[in-house]
Amino acid sequence: MSARVRAFALSIAVLATLMVALLAPAIAALAPAAAAPLDAATGDALILAQEDDEEPAAEEDEDEDEDEDEAEASVLFGTFRNADGPVEGVQLTIAETGGSDLGEAVSGENGQWEFEVPGPGDYAVTVAALPEGVELRDPDNNTVEVTIGTGRRAVPLALGEGAAVSGKVALFLQQTLSGLRFGLIIAMTAVGLSLIFGTTGLINFAHGEIVIIGAVVAWFANIAGLHLVLAGAVGVAAAALTAGVLDRGVFRPLTRRGVGLFQLLVVTIGLSLVLRFIVLIFFGGRSQPYAQYAVQQRISVGPFATTPRDLVIIAIALVVLIGVATGIQRSRIGKAMRAVADNRDLAESSGINVERVVSVVWIAGGALAGLGGVLYGTMFRVSYDFGFQPMLLLMFAGIILGGLGTAYGAMIGSLVVGLVTELSVVYFPNELKTAWALGVLVIVLLVRPQGLLGRRERIG
Amino acid sequence: MPETTPHTMDAIEARPGVSKPDPILTIDGVQRNFGGLRAVDVDHLEIQRGVITALIGPNGAGKTTFFNLLTGFDAPNEGEWTFEGESLGGMPSHQVTRRGMVRTFQLTKALSRLTVMDNMLLGATGQRGEGFLPALFRPGWSQQEADNTARAEDLLTRFKLIDKKDDYAGELSGGQRKLLEMARALMVEPSLVMLDEPMAGVNPALVQSLLGHVTALRDEGMSVIFVEHDMDVVMGISDWVVVLAEGRVIAEGRPSDIMNNDAVIDAYLGSSHDEPTEE
Amino acid sequence: MDFEAIFGSALRSALGPQAAVYALLAIGLNVHYGYTGLLNFGQVGFMLVGAYGVGISVATFGLPLWVGVIVGLLAGVVLAIILGAPTLRLRADYFAITTIAVAEVLRLLFRSGPARPITGGPFGLQSVANEFYAINPFTRGIRMGPINYTTQVSWSLVVTWGLVALATLLVALLMRSPWGRVLRAIREDEDAARALGKNVFSYKMQSLVLGGVLGSVGGVMFAIAGSTVNADSFRPQITFYAYAILILGGAATRIGPIVGAIIFWFLFSGVQVSVRQMQGSDLLPGFLSGANAVGASALVLMGAALVLLVVFRPQGIFGDPRELKLDA
Repeated sequence: MSARVRAFALSIAVLATLMVALLAPAIAALAPAAAAPLDAATGDALILAQEDDEEPAAEEDEDEDEDEDEAEASVLFGTFRNADGPVEGVQLTIAETGGSDLGEAVSGENGQWEFEVPGPGDYAVTVAALPEGVELRDPDNNTVEVTIGTGRRAVPLALGEGAAVSGKVALFLQQTLSGLRFGLIIAMTAVGLSLIFGTTGLINFAHGEIVIIGAVVAWFANIAGLHLVLAGAVGVAAAALTAGVLDRGVFRPLTRRGVGLFQLLVVTIGLSLVLRFIVLIFFGGRSQPYAQYAVQQRISVGPFATTPRDLVIIAIALVVLIGVATGIQRSRIGKAMRAVADNRDLAESSGINVERVVSVVWIAGGALAGLGGVLYGTMFRVSYDFGFQPMLLLMFAGIILGGLGTAYGAMIGSLVVGLVTELSVVYFPNELKTAWALGVLVIVLLVRPQGLLGRRERIG
Repeated sequence: MPETTPHTMDAIEARPGVSKPDPILTIDGVQRNFGGLRAVDVDHLEIQRGVITALIGPNGAGKTTFFNLLTGFDAPNEGEWTFEGESLGGMPSHQVTRRGMVRTFQLTKALSRLTVMDNMLLGATGQRGEGFLPALFRPGWSQQEADNTARAEDLLTRFKLIDKKDDYAGELSGGQRKLLEMARALMVEPSLVMLDEPMAGVNPALVQSLLGHVTALRDEGMSVIFVEHDMDVVMGISDWVVVLAEGRVIAEGRPSDIMNNDAVIDAYLGSSHDEPTEE
Repeated sequence: MDFEAIFGSALRSALGPQAAVYALLAIGLNVHYGYTGLLNFGQVGFMLVGAYGVGISVATFGLPLWVGVIVGLLAGVVLAIILGAPTLRLRADYFAITTIAVAEVLRLLFRSGPARPITGGPFGLQSVANEFYAINPFTRGIRMGPINYTTQVSWSLVVTWGLVALATLLVALLMRSPWGRVLRAIREDEDAARALGKNVFSYKMQSLVLGGVLGSVGGVMFAIAGSTVNADSFRPQITFYAYAILILGGAATRIGPIVGAIIFWFLFSGVQVSVRQMQGSDLLPGFLSGANAVGASALVLMGAALVLLVVFRPQGIFGDPRELKLDA
């Protein structure tokens, strides 16, 4: 690569990154934010306030339901409050579920809003814009779906951390923990994707759907009465089975027939559509929580405010990932995997059963993806379509960051991606957090195309 | 064989790094490391104009890497080299080609889903129709295209591929692909042709004809470097032989000098024992 | 089951402006993948910037429509350069992943609440093509056998298919030239092209810009045909459909994208209408009776069709099977 061209490419990328960096806050500043002036609150007070704040939506629900007889029309309503009282200027959009937008509502001085919908039915209420310094309690879920008959129905959307500007430090710590948690989940799902690529050269666009199958099957088992722990195991098994079937039933026969890599890539795209929309047919378009651990009180662990659920998620993910890393490093099959990823032909000629190794990679990768899906569903909610955006995109970012085709690279890259994603929320709008993960990806492609841990290879 | 060519080389001492009367390519201190392994480490080497230079050495000696470095397909960690007096260090491969130094590949790169004729036409340089906007205006390039086609037909006739000109290159046999690649390289009108194992994987019946084509290039005034690891093939046609082992030039000289060189024999025998443990 | 209605409705979409928009996307993709071998999985991103170029210029800044069209096309060029500069030198896998990610991030950026003053955020932009319909020469809509279109649709249909014809001609001219020969050489083996003195990076970039701008033309016409721009129209599936269209019609063929788009929309809409009718007459099992089932089942079938097609007839309907053998 000539120095001139490299400099050109570098400057374009730096420009692009700067553009994103400048544009995002600029757009945020442009937004008509009628933020109520918020008094400074200490980190501790904030956390306490949040604990107190944990239930209001439900309480109000009951209060207001008494009004039901008075109203003939169907009205959605709610109140936004945070540590410092009512929050004015939260913009909402209301749409029919799976249908067209109906209109918008803005919370008033007392933090209240309401919206009359055409009639009974399912509606999705989305937070479209928040005043500066205000965040949703669950930043990953800015849409709530409700069913309404006639009368009034409270919409459980609550504000959470980020309420006060001086809470930045607390928020930073908070998001570091969230980022770690999210990064570990991405890492868990990305290991399989990366190893499948490493051993077969295939980019599996259907990997996100394996994640979904884990989460959704666990949800069905869960509502059928199984405790989430058992239901999760069922989900993981289903994901592993799906991956195994894809390997044995689709990709191995096609590879043996001599079908090319591009064609196989298109096959994974086709399969991802098939699986995603089959899930939509059975699971429906709404997002659903698991029966257990959906809402928990926060506890303080040192400077972090977190829930026991999150700690357990982090613990499970850490144990599993360390286990996987050790397995790949020490076990026979792990060594075989690395050998195949390193040089498939050489591995084959030195007596490794490549097809068997690939099978193990698919099934183990599928199980990990399924577990990632269950943990994601526990952390947020289960829906039919989180497999592609954000999960697959973030996995891609993670494995490119770490160096395509390696297991450790995928893990470390994914952790970085998770942290970047969640920490961007401290400074920038929540909706753009996936964009930041991509920004990192572009920079890495420029500076170190082989990824953080990848070996440098000859390019162009 | 013309009388003059052996004469030019006869007077030169058979010693690594020896200077030549009229070098077309001069290499100085070129090194390439892969991790801890030094794949190429050439102190000084001159390639004489208008002769066939064979680059030989055991498997893994760094011949192809050396080729890649010289032609801009890989970047050395250190070193300088000049072609026709112009420094080529850091120059992208396509510009190296435009300066008249064209290469072929060990694994033949016939462009399968292009016809034989399209393969040939691709080699022509300075085509007006290869610009985006001029491409839309056919009269601007149709004459040049016709001239190139005529030249391609001459070359295809000489390489006995003229009957195949409308076939896809992917339909040719392995040997025919080698011939096509060589013919295509000549479309560039190079002054130095670098052939990476032109004889590899070719059936023995075709080897003689390929060798004939190689000597014909020299007789037309081109300089030729070709890589080969089979010493017997080399001896018949080359005017000068450079021996590479473990990335270094361990010997150079006329074929007769090389045949009796102890260092070369050691390298061929020794390295085949050592190599597996080293990798 | 009213088969005449199903056929009519399927044919109506197959020849409608939407099919023409997809044909434009697929023609662009044909330049990228079919002729140059670039795995662009973010074609929808080019469509998005084209559509928003029109939408933002007209609806947000009140500029004339023709300015919006130019902005839309320039946006396609800029996106191609920003996307290509860091990635075109890398392995094809990196390029594929980056393109898909960038396209999706653009969608997120444009639909985000903070971007609302400019892009309309999740609400999108409306009334972007009034000027276009003000000069509608149709006084009555097109009628052909069982199908008819309104005057507005007729106008956008004729213009969009007209652009498809122009784009096809442009690409055909280019691919018959030495320029196109270099692209095809890069598709086959970029090192060989390099060894023959071709600046591979520059040609890939030109190809990316050309195909990307064709995608942006599709986006421009998409915005004009619907007179609205909404970020959620630009989901990543769109790129996948464009690939399905390209593979259906045959990559690296001249009329493949057109034939592919017509067949794709005929099937896609035919299946949806059929499922809806079967739902109406209670012919389907319970799990297929939901509101989601219509679109979802059509997509499941499309996915399955894509898999079967690429495995059993990867050269498409018009591709040359002779070329296929050469891959192995």
